[in-house]
Amino acid sequence: MQINPVIPAEKTSTPSASFSIALIGSGGSGVMTAGSLLLDAAGHAGWYAYMTRSSGPQIRGGEAAAMIRISNTPVESHDDRFDLLIAIDWRNADRFAAEIPLDGNSLIVADPEGGVIPQLIKNMGARYSDLPMKALAKDIAGGRPNMVALGAVTALIELPEKSLLGVVGKVLQKKGEAAITASTDAVRSGINACADFPSCGLLEPVVTLPARRWSITGNEAVGMGALRGGVRFVAAYPITPATEVLEWLAPALDKVGGVLVQAEDELSSVNQIIGASFGGVPSLTATSGPGLALMMESIGLAVAAEVPIVVVNVMRGGPSTGIPTKSEQTDLNIALYGLHGDAPHLVVAPTSVADCMFVTQWAVQLAEALQTPAIVLSDQLLGQTRAVLDRPADLALLERRNVATRIESEYERYAVTASSISPMAIPGTAGGQYTAGGLEHNESGTPSSQADDHRIQLDKRHHKLHGFNYGDHWADIAGAGEIAVITWGSSCGPVREALAQRRGGGRDIRVIAMRLLSPEQPEKLKAALQGINRVLVVEQSHSGQFYRYLRAHYDLPGETRAFYRPGPLPIRPREVHEKLAEWDQL
Amino acid sequence: MNKAISSAAATPKDYKSSNKPVWCPGCGDFSVLSAITKALAHMKLEPENVAVVSGIGCSSRIPAYLNTYGFHGLHGRALPLATGLKVARPDLTVLVAGGDGDGFSIGGNHFLHACRRNIDLTYIVMDNQVYGMTKGQASPTTAPDWARSKLTPHGTGINPFYPLVIALGAGANFIARVSSHDPNGTARTLVEAIRHPGFSFVHVLSPCITYQPEQREWKKLVRPAPVEATSDASQAARRLMTDDNLYIGVLYHGNRRTYHPQFETTAVDPSQLEDGFLV
Repeated sequence: MQINPVIPAEKTSTPSASFSIALIGSGGSGVMTAGSLLLDAAGHAGWYAYMTRSSGPQIRGGEAAAMIRISNTPVESHDDRFDLLIAIDWRNADRFAAEIPLDGNSLIVADPEGGVIPQLIKNMGARYSDLPMKALAKDIAGGRPNMVALGAVTALIELPEKSLLGVVGKVLQKKGEAAITASTDAVRSGINACADFPSCGLLEPVVTLPARRWSITGNEAVGMGALRGGVRFVAAYPITPATEVLEWLAPALDKVGGVLVQAEDELSSVNQIIGASFGGVPSLTATSGPGLALMMESIGLAVAAEVPIVVVNVMRGGPSTGIPTKSEQTDLNIALYGLHGDAPHLVVAPTSVADCMFVTQWAVQLAEALQTPAIVLSDQLLGQTRAVLDRPADLALLERRNVATRIESEYERYAVTASSISPMAIPGTAGGQYTAGGLEHNESGTPSSQADDHRIQLDKRHHKLHGFNYGDHWADIAGAGEIAVITWGSSCGPVREALAQRRGGGRDIRVIAMRLLSPEQPEKLKAALQGINRVLVVEQSHSGQFYRYLRAHYDLPGETRAFYRPGPLPIRPREVHEKLAEWDQL
Repeated sequence: MNKAISSAAATPKDYKSSNKPVWCPGCGDFSVLSAITKALAHMKLEPENVAVVSGIGCSSRIPAYLNTYGFHGLHGRALPLATGLKVARPDLTVLVAGGDGDGFSIGGNHFLHACRRNIDLTYIVMDNQVYGMTKGQASPTTAPDWARSKLTPHGTGINPFYPLVIALGAGANFIARVSSHDPNGTARTLVEAIRHPGFSFVHVLSPCITYQPEQREWKKLVRPAPVEATSDASQAARRLMTDDNLYIGVLYHGNRRTYHPQFETTAVDPSQLEDGFLV
């Protein structure tokens, strides 16, 4: 239990705004459980927190890592480095090395029984301490090494012991008193074992306890947003990394009077929601890239038949099966341009874990109001990150479906109106009978291949989306100055982090985090770019899909640069920082 | 086109829309359209409480010719569309209509799972053993030596698909075959199919006189099945496996478990779920 003498221990003394911890171990070693407990304990103690998980090809039996950042202010991104790495064992840990950057100020705490420290990690030059987690756990009846590891974290970051033990007690309640005692003893054993370690207690302690915070993933937030928006029918086909949206919704829908049906494939799930929505029930499905590709023809049907649906696409690395467990922002092109024919539809994207809730609710209500499909582009990083945050407010949006309730004269389903939105008759409404479908039609819904009918209906479907007032929600805009960063999705977190660091240095920058991607909003972006003479575009793709989208639809003032690179590694604040610094030097 | 009717005075005509069918003269589908309107009139169902869902193909045009709610969906996707509608709106009577290409080729997977799911739907397949709308290509039910398609000039060389056997094996709860030359018999079977709980599959021999003119002979060849309908699946399986595709009647009516997910009536507001997120 001595600090490795080869690397001198040098304690940094200024408290930092955040602290980053990685817990690693082979599958089944309990690092994921430990990570969740730590996250909740940090929340109890009054901190904000953020946790991503990484696991090998097999969830059980593979290697696993829980990466956690704890802070006094809301967290939307990982830091550029980790302060503490706790390794229960090193099996295959080199696979995570790139995700856990360490430096000379970082501390590695590892079990000497866990094997040899991988060279890749050793090369990062962190300080090193032994902690025999397995041996200490063995001395306690029912003790487990992951609890000893948690004890060590508690001591090193000066997390109040009662916060951790409170969470442990709550989680283990069902397992009985013996399990709680064993875990408590193991945690204390970890705390005591670190007594002579250099403190990492760099976090400013929380002064006043806030209202109880939420612990939520982006995928769960999407589910909650769907319910707030009024979704009561969901059809589901499992796919990584979207499955948790559906798994959260299944029991939740039961409670709110909705239903979830597991479909035989994505072709079925998207058509089921079209059928249910035709029946008057707001409907949604969730999928990822391969599933979205299968759904495209049907999304076009919803455009033509003017049936509101919401398809949540939690993006992962592509093309094809790609990297299912890792994030990338590369389904933008298919979401915007993947429908055949001229098929205007909505594409929206959340800008943070919390925003997943608002954006999904907004998407449901926009789809309902505009009688059109909405694609919500979330991504793996937003979807599977668990964050401790303030309760996202329910903005009680007003958009609703325009339903034809009393039909007195000849009903025309696709009648051209001032807003181009036509009242929709719901089955069961006498006199409203019509046939919806994918064939071009006239205003009454009768199939037509006449030039006039085609143009009238194309105009109508275009105008109802382009003439609608989307208000201020189209983007989240903050900051001032002459430089703007335009970004979207999970890139917003690291961008905001980088700009916050820069503001500390006195140079303010405007960040424009775009939510509404289709229909495009050139006038609104133009207004948001007033006074800007340099624009940096940031996204996670290999081909610059977002940059090219902006170039195609918007006028960008002055000099424009783009920073884009593919997954699987998340964009780090430092990368954005470096791009801006490069520019400063010119 | 969308007149409301008093159910007491329902006649088949009340269920017809003003759209004129685009089918070829002599198409079997005219008779199926007529049989559907007769069945609905007989059951005195209000047109606004009936929805007819279809895919793509000649027979899938049928919703537009009816005065019910209709959805003319995508090729092969009528069954999932109808599944979503029926689950969301269990109060509606939902019929699904289409052809052999739509149902057994591009929509084959949905056919299997709709049978298995056994939702209260009635699926009417007008089988003419050909893709008519695209001008005469072999479908899954076409004979392997049918060589009149430019696409398969030597025939497909592939054994045809036996939809009734598949339906039974996959879990359909009601299986019947009817012939379009007998609209009254078809209407009677449709009434039975609609009333039977779960997934009802009605296979209609509906000739395409344009691309399969020899199907005109069907009306001479079809005959009532010489046995009573059974609810014993193994007995039905033996019969269907030796069936020559020309027996008419209800061939299986089971009591398999149907799937009808319930909407909770004591629903809470979503805000009640927020406690689940508290740390």
